[in-house]
Amino acid sequence: MERLKVNLCGIPIDNPVIPASGTFGYGYEFARFYDINLLGTFSCKGTTLEPRFGNPTPRIAECPDGMLNSVGLQNPGVRAVVEEELPRLRQVFRKPIIANVSGFSPEEYAETCAILDREEQVGWLEINISCPNVQGGGHAFGTTPEAAASVTKAVRKRTTKPILVKLTPNVTDIVSVAQACEEAGADGLSLINTLLGMRIDLRTRRPVLANTFGGLSGPAVLPVALRCVYQVSRAVRIPVIGMGGISSAEDVLEMMMAGASAVQIGAANLVNPLACKEILEQLPSVMDRLGIQSLYELHS
Amino acid sequence: MKPTAFTVISQRSLTPTIRKLVLRGDTRDIERPGQFVNLKIDGCYLRRPLSVCDKENDFLTLIYRIVGTGTERLSRYLPGERLDLLTGLGNGYDLSPAGDRPLLLGGGVGIPPLYFLAKELIRAGAQVSCVLGFADRGDLFYETEFRDLGCSVTVTTVDGSYGIPGFVTDAIPANPTYFYACGPEPMLRAVCRAVPCSGQLSFEERMGCGFGACMGCSCRTLTGNKRICREGPVLRKEEILWND
Repeated sequence: MERLKVNLCGIPIDNPVIPASGTFGYGYEFARFYDINLLGTFSCKGTTLEPRFGNPTPRIAECPDGMLNSVGLQNPGVRAVVEEELPRLRQVFRKPIIANVSGFSPEEYAETCAILDREEQVGWLEINISCPNVQGGGHAFGTTPEAAASVTKAVRKRTTKPILVKLTPNVTDIVSVAQACEEAGADGLSLINTLLGMRIDLRTRRPVLANTFGGLSGPAVLPVALRCVYQVSRAVRIPVIGMGGISSAEDVLEMMMAGASAVQIGAANLVNPLACKEILEQLPSVMDRLGIQSLYELHS
Repeated sequence: MKPTAFTVISQRSLTPTIRKLVLRGDTRDIERPGQFVNLKIDGCYLRRPLSVCDKENDFLTLIYRIVGTGTERLSRYLPGERLDLLTGLGNGYDLSPAGDRPLLLGGGVGIPPLYFLAKELIRAGAQVSCVLGFADRGDLFYETEFRDLGCSVTVTTVDGSYGIPGFVTDAIPANPTYFYACGPEPMLRAVCRAVPCSGQLSFEERMGCGFGACMGCSCRTLTGNKRICREGPVLRKEEILWND
């Protein structure tokens, strides 16, 4: 449908509703529920150079209108992704994907990205400098403009594919981090990653999560995400993908009105595996109701 | 596979904290005992996974313990109300190695999936023995139902107020051909030590999605990392790596 088409860093996509990293695996789990080719693209599970098991369990906790996770970047490592996950995905998805990458040093990010750069199925590289669940990695690079720029620069040297840098809201000034990424060569930004939180079990008096803290996502974070996207999109010239708590077609439009060129859907996929499909089905009629001809007009 | 609407047919108390919920809906995706469903409960964000206790045509029986906000809210559902379910989740028990004298070991709210399993094993011609463990007499449920299926049933209670005093491991019958277990992790660990034959054990973990997307319920095994919701919840005794 023409009116849903958007452009993501020079690559046209059929629609702006993109499943977010960590909630969509490497895609094929959702192919059991619907034909995922109706998506424009999706962001794959955060991938590191070496395999990772992640954090101890429990890794999940219920919250008012949301959830905490402390998965900790469990993934089979980039080589297994290239050799096993991508070929398996090719059977069910024909479009380029966003490869989400995490690491523990700028060099490691760059190395992982260089390996993924050779893959035709990878359309964009999404550099996750905002995972709150891994000590010494991920998040540490997202909390200062200097560190964010160093990772962006290191990756920029090793790939010609568009680079999206995924930002954390757990900072005093997200705009300064966003601008540093833009100057260092990022083609786009995606935000927000989860907000650091915790829950305590009243009976045991101990944290619910084995890792104590985890990332908050779900509808509870939508206002924070809207605020961050609004601030950042006005301060940079590169496109912003908005995410955080989106679970309806109305939320998609609200996020695009805040300044997003496209959106990602995260926690909603876990509660309703058909979330993205249903949002896409509802989007045209909600646009009609609000007098929106095409999505391009929302952020021009 | 898709989220499916189920209608509450009945809900009643089996003990002060255990509830039996009968639902009606499309049960065709439930293929094996040991699989689970994931319920969307009003007022909760995440779904709640519950093992399948029984399936007969389009009737689905779930037995659960009220342990927190989600199960407390579930206990208030009345006949005629609707629940959104993802069904047929998880691998379920593999019946093929059972032999002719399988042993079923259940602890507390781990017992329900063994009912569906016992039914299927008996249908396949096996002589099924069950050891059902409870905290005390007030916690007891489904003893009669297992007997009515044709199982040989032994009950244990931790405080000795009913049946054999102690744990399920204090009442293991001689020479089972294979075992199936579900219950709290210390029980499962003790069962692996106490029962000499091979077996399968069903595990529990906090889940985000229940269908393999979020990696919230991963565990390590001798045959690689597994998701309790997808490659589990049933693991073979030989592949389990106990957390120390």
